[in-house]
Amino acid sequence: MQADHQAIEITDAWKTYDGGASFAVGGVSLGVARGEFLALIGTSGSGKTTLLKLINRLIEPTRGRIVVGGEDIAAADPVFLRRRIGYVFQGVGLFPHMDVAENIAVTLRLLGWEKPAMSARVAEMLDLVRLPRELAARLPATLSGGQAQRVGVARALAARPSIVLMDEPFGAVDPVTRDVLARDYRELHDGLKLTTVMVTHDVLEAVLLSDRMAVLESGSLIECGPTQELLAGSRHESVRALMDMPRRQAERVSALSARASPP
Amino acid sequence: MIVALDPRVADALAHLPEYLGAHVVLSLSALSLGLALSLPLALLSTRSPRLRWFMLTAASIVQTIPSLALLALFYPLLLGLSLLTRALTGVQFSALGFLPSLLALTLYSMLPILRNTVTGLSGVDPAVKEAAQGVGMTRAQSLFRVELPLAMPVIMAGIRTASVLVIGTATLSTPVGQTSLGNYIFTGLQTQNWIFVLFGCVSAAGLALAADQLLALFERLFARRGNRRLGVVSAGLLVLMAAGAFIPLHGARTQYVIGAKGFPEQYILAELMEQRLDAAGLSAATREDLGSAVIFDALVEGDVDAYVDYSGTLWTNVMHRTDAPPREAMLREMGTWLNQNHGVRVLGPLGFENAYVLAMRRDRAASLGVKTIADLARVSARMSVGGDYEIFGRPEWQKVRQAYGLSFREERQMQPLFMYKAVADGEVDAITAFSSDGRIAEYDLVTLADPLAAIPPYDAVLLLAPKRSGDAALAAALQPLVGRIPVEKMREANELVSRDKDQLPPSEAARRLWQRIQP
Repeated sequence: MQADHQAIEITDAWKTYDGGASFAVGGVSLGVARGEFLALIGTSGSGKTTLLKLINRLIEPTRGRIVVGGEDIAAADPVFLRRRIGYVFQGVGLFPHMDVAENIAVTLRLLGWEKPAMSARVAEMLDLVRLPRELAARLPATLSGGQAQRVGVARALAARPSIVLMDEPFGAVDPVTRDVLARDYRELHDGLKLTTVMVTHDVLEAVLLSDRMAVLESGSLIECGPTQELLAGSRHESVRALMDMPRRQAERVSALSARASPP
Repeated sequence: MIVALDPRVADALAHLPEYLGAHVVLSLSALSLGLALSLPLALLSTRSPRLRWFMLTAASIVQTIPSLALLALFYPLLLGLSLLTRALTGVQFSALGFLPSLLALTLYSMLPILRNTVTGLSGVDPAVKEAAQGVGMTRAQSLFRVELPLAMPVIMAGIRTASVLVIGTATLSTPVGQTSLGNYIFTGLQTQNWIFVLFGCVSAAGLALAADQLLALFERLFARRGNRRLGVVSAGLLVLMAAGAFIPLHGARTQYVIGAKGFPEQYILAELMEQRLDAAGLSAATREDLGSAVIFDALVEGDVDAYVDYSGTLWTNVMHRTDAPPREAMLREMGTWLNQNHGVRVLGPLGFENAYVLAMRRDRAASLGVKTIADLARVSARMSVGGDYEIFGRPEWQKVRQAYGLSFREERQMQPLFMYKAVADGEVDAITAFSSDGRIAEYDLVTLADPLAAIPPYDAVLLLAPKRSGDAALAAALQPLVGRIPVEKMREANELVSRDKDQLPPSEAARRLWQRIQP
């Protein structure tokens, strides 16, 4: 039925610790449609990163069923699963001993690409994330925070995944760079027809980027819906409070700029 | 220029290629074997904390065993193995020299490599490891492409520590029969040849420094580009080391090996035998500084073809006898016993004795009225006695103590070299001297009589290995030495080598000794 246009289907997923005494993710069911941009939001410890890592088996669920691209991932080889799914790490996670080109091509090498094809793809990816090609031979330590993030995105997209998982992808850069990066990524998402699941604690970022939002609290999914609807209102007090914040910030900013602008 | 003219410097330089070469080959082989064992073990241990604990503990315990003891322990162990393989396959390998040294040094090299590899790998940022997993690496790919390259500086530091440790400790392989830069140090200490001692220390230190810097250079060259080139380099190094390990097996082989324990008289006698064999057209090499416990076994196994031992030593330590029959009777009985039990042939006594004797300063003995060991026993409770490393643990000493009721306030072990000086300076009251040592006269010491004949006779006897017992050419070449060396001549020769000034190398002393005794 709807499995055809669902990229990811999570059914009653649990990640428990101490033999069930506590859990990071408790009975979450969630679907992500093909081409959709889903933001996972929630406070620290809400389980959003754990939920994200369940999708490419960086963390194994205690219970529940997760289907990616029509395939139950419990039956898949986790290594091959991860090569099919792009992943942008919190704090970038570039390999410090590899140069930019090697970092971008790392999954391609694992997939056994030929050298010329890899070099061509690296150049293409640098163009795609709007980095000068001269950066290819540089080590990650010599890059600015924004450049490193772009390399991280290029690495995630190099092997042409249809699904991209992002864990606080733009957390480590200044607000201006962050905004540019986020918009550039959304363009890539649309242009490449990706399915993206992004974890963030920045509600404004989530609102501006996502098609749909999922709100987690203490490991449970308390609300999931189109970003517009959540913005319009929610039956959950905490979700309303969460969504009010960016709106009020926007109102304050426009009021301030109206007062500052010349008559 | 003045230093360069010193014959001892020339002598030291002449030995350098042989000693340094053997030292390098040994150290390199031990280090490569250590690496080949430690790295896989360390990688395995990343999967199991229990295995890691076990290995690091085992390696630490090995490190606490004194190096000299570890080296010495491998000799009997390998000897047992060698006999076993001979029994099983008919193939026998030499348990002396290279193998025990290699194994002991390999064990020594393992702790720093193991520990640093484990530390280096556990120090890799977990976020980077997760990234490796996240981009789709298998465990092995993550290990070889990410974790090992990132841990490499720490691992290299461990390898460098191990190389310095191995090169330093390799000097101690001399007593188990492996030529090394330690030959300078052991021989130099025995003959008061400080130039030799210094030469050994400086060259070993220089070698260690050079190896350390070479490894640092490798590290700098290949730190940047991980995977492939590093693989190429380590493979290249391993090939080089493996090649190095085979050099000793194909090195120059002489027909005969003459053994010597670690003191001047033994060096001179070994040189003398080598010169006799050379004169007879037989090629021979000497192996000096072998431990007392090692040399007889080495003869029995044929690692050494001939050497000079002392009847009393064999009587008590090899035959485990506690009685002390008269000289002639002891020699006869010993000859028969050695032949029947080990196949060793006693070619004959050389003509002098090198017995343990108790010696004191002449004035001190006179003022105390001490002429015999029995006299000494009356005053020994207030006295200290100095001896070499072995004597206080030997059965002869127990016997002397019981026979005379000797009981000293203090028993001090020291280098034989320092012993004579110590008693002359009043540092100790008496010493267990060697009767053929030139320094008894040099320091004007008196030797105490042994009226109860508690100390057995110590005739120098020339022994031939079982496999050489029927070797007529060898026996003929050495026969002229039998019964021809009186104690005064031996003492003179000893003094030429161990006196404070104008020392001669043992080979020269041997040549002069031969001039005086040749028929």
